Amino acid sequence: MAASGARLHLVTPVWNRSTRGIRGLSRAVGPEGSQKKGRSLLQFLADRFYDVQALREYLLRKQVLTVHQKNRFQGKEWIRSNARGHFPLDFVTFQAVPVEAVDASGCAINYQGLDSLLALKELQSLWLQRCPHVDDWCLSRLHPLANSLQELSLAGCPRISERGLACLHHLQNLRRLDISDLPAVSNPGLTQILVEEMLPSCEVLGADWAQGLKSGPEEQSRDTASPIPA
Amino acid sequence: AHDGKTVGRLGEGNQNGKLSEIKKKIQSVLPGGAWNPLYNTSHLPPEHSDVVIVGGGVIGLSVAYWLKRLEKRRGAIRVLVVERDHTYSRASTVLSVGGIRQQFSVPENIQLSLFSIEFLRNINEYLAVVDDPPLDIQFNPAGYLLLASEKGAAVMESNVKVQRQEGAKVCLMSPEQLRNKFPWINTEGVALASYGMEHEGWFDPWCLLQGLRRKVQSMGVLFCHGEVTRFVSSSSHAVTTSGEEVTLKRIHEVHVKRDHSLEYQPVECAIVINAAGAWSGQIAELAGVGKGPPGTLQGTRLPVELRKRYVYFWHCPQGPGLETPFVIDASGAYFRREGLGNNYLGGCSPTEEEEPDPGNLEVDHDFFQNKVWPPLAQRVPAFETLKVRNAWAGYYDYNTFDQNGVVGPHPLVVNMYFATGFSGHGLQQAPAVGRAVAEMVLDGHFQTINLSPFLFNRFYLGVKVQEHNII
Repeated sequence: MAASGARLHLVTPVWNRSTRGIRGLSRAVGPEGSQKKGRSLLQFLADRFYDVQALREYLLRKQVLTVHQKNRFQGKEWIRSNARGHFPLDFVTFQAVPVEAVDASGCAINYQGLDSLLALKELQSLWLQRCPHVDDWCLSRLHPLANSLQELSLAGCPRISERGLACLHHLQNLRRLDISDLPAVSNPGLTQILVEEMLPSCEVLGADWAQGLKSGPEEQSRDTASPIPA
Repeated sequence: AHDGKTVGRLGEGNQNGKLSEIKKKIQSVLPGGAWNPLYNTSHLPPEHSDVVIVGGGVIGLSVAYWLKRLEKRRGAIRVLVVERDHTYSRASTVLSVGGIRQQFSVPENIQLSLFSIEFLRNINEYLAVVDDPPLDIQFNPAGYLLLASEKGAAVMESNVKVQRQEGAKVCLMSPEQLRNKFPWINTEGVALASYGMEHEGWFDPWCLLQGLRRKVQSMGVLFCHGEVTRFVSSSSHAVTTSGEEVTLKRIHEVHVKRDHSLEYQPVECAIVINAAGAWSGQIAELAGVGKGPPGTLQGTRLPVELRKRYVYFWHCPQGPGLETPFVIDASGAYFRREGLGNNYLGGCSPTEEEEPDPGNLEVDHDFFQNKVWPPLAQRVPAFETLKVRNAWAGYYDYNTFDQNGVVGPHPLVVNMYFATGFSGHGLQQAPAVGRAVAEMVLDGHFQTINLSPFLFNRFYLGVKVQEHNII
């Protein structure tokens, strides 16, 4: 089958070179390796064959997992507090070791609190799921992490809207972005499309694009009506 | 109706005049006279107020807020805000494009804007009212992008240096970096660009206005729907250290006239704040500012005039994406995104010769065709196919002297304070300016941000505080 032939072709590049995300695969596909053409072929196949789509997901998860397993605190496992909320005592020996991933999910971190995160110049992975005080202003502060940040998760943050997502444009090294379940985003489907266009080399997890089409005409009239001043 | 004649408490008027006044008053008090003590005056402003703020836009309300917030004892200051149009149909605040930036050349402007953005970020701590929902000013933190041609590149660099010193987060970009970051820009003719990374963007001015209004009402500020028609003041003479004679004036009463009515109320006041925006010049004239021989301090008028500016709203399906900042081209044309639907707002300031007649708020669509669209289409090729959906016009309270605000008391009319003349960047400085004027009123000097370069004296002394980055 043509699909299986293409599949074999796709597997090899992953293990040969350190890919910059799942998009690196597509370079092997097209003759000149132009990203857009390669991406559209992969997209074409992924749309039509569930197994290609599943493979894509699997490969990305594998790649992310290698990062996660190897590079928490450069050689260490995840540092977590124990049941009493205390951190292990050898924490203080890590002062010179760069932090590569932070999981602040559910934390009450706010605009001022991000000072500590922004000092981490080699942060690759940041999880801010379900943080109640992370809002658009906080997202505008994330630009100093642009050189290193590859994964960002904002799922479930109640205060983030599509206006704050525009600031993620600075994070050009981002490969995985999770913007699912953001209640303050007015049009999740359209927002996802716009964010995907804004960050072409990033995989954006979010709402299904068809979700925004449910109440089509009302959304449109609301959009053109709102900017007219009183 | 209330007659409004005041007995000559100021020592003016001769004995005969006084006598006839007293006689008239006694006659009206006696039965059959015109005076009715039980007349319902709830629609009129109070007879006394410590501070009268002329103008209920964002600047006036901000001054009212900070006066009540910084007063030493609760209820110490009675504030009255007089606004003649409660629909705000011509107010600059609500017709504004709503941008806030720190990319100015004057350090005071940068400081004002930095405080204002901090105010907006914490708006629900500043303007919280018990049992009312929190405010959402819909802030877009997309930043400003200023483009400079060869000529303006050196000025831009020195401006960015000043901005960085004050604490603004601005970065300079070369044309190549610009193309990489924003592929939809045509960088022909652009030598340098400055991009604000944080604390810059745009928001909903109506929400800020309503938030301020709600909060100041809860703090006990009185609102009056009326127009200021007259100031009653007294003069006294003084001699300066150099032997010159000056006439100092003190406003005692503000006559507030109701709309579509002859009724007016004289409000006895201690301080008057001129926050009338584009109409501040007229209010200043009423107070006697500028009535004197030209070239003297008495003859120096408040150089704030109405200037009409157009804003156009268009749709461009292939236009720049979600990351679009507020772009200001070297030619002066600007645009920004509005919403998710590929809609954009923009305009351009006309040159002195092309200034439209500010008599009305009619929109000139030819101006868009000839002056706004060509530079924008040249800068962003996607804008060659756009469709204008809507347009409106608003006023700038344009300071013809140096396009920067006037803040602080008048040297001769000693109890009139100005908070006007911001020439298009008043909204973004409103919270900070309000605080500065309140400090001036309550403490006699600026405490947090020193706005002495913005005092009225500079018009007489000829010292211009020229702002280069005016749209």
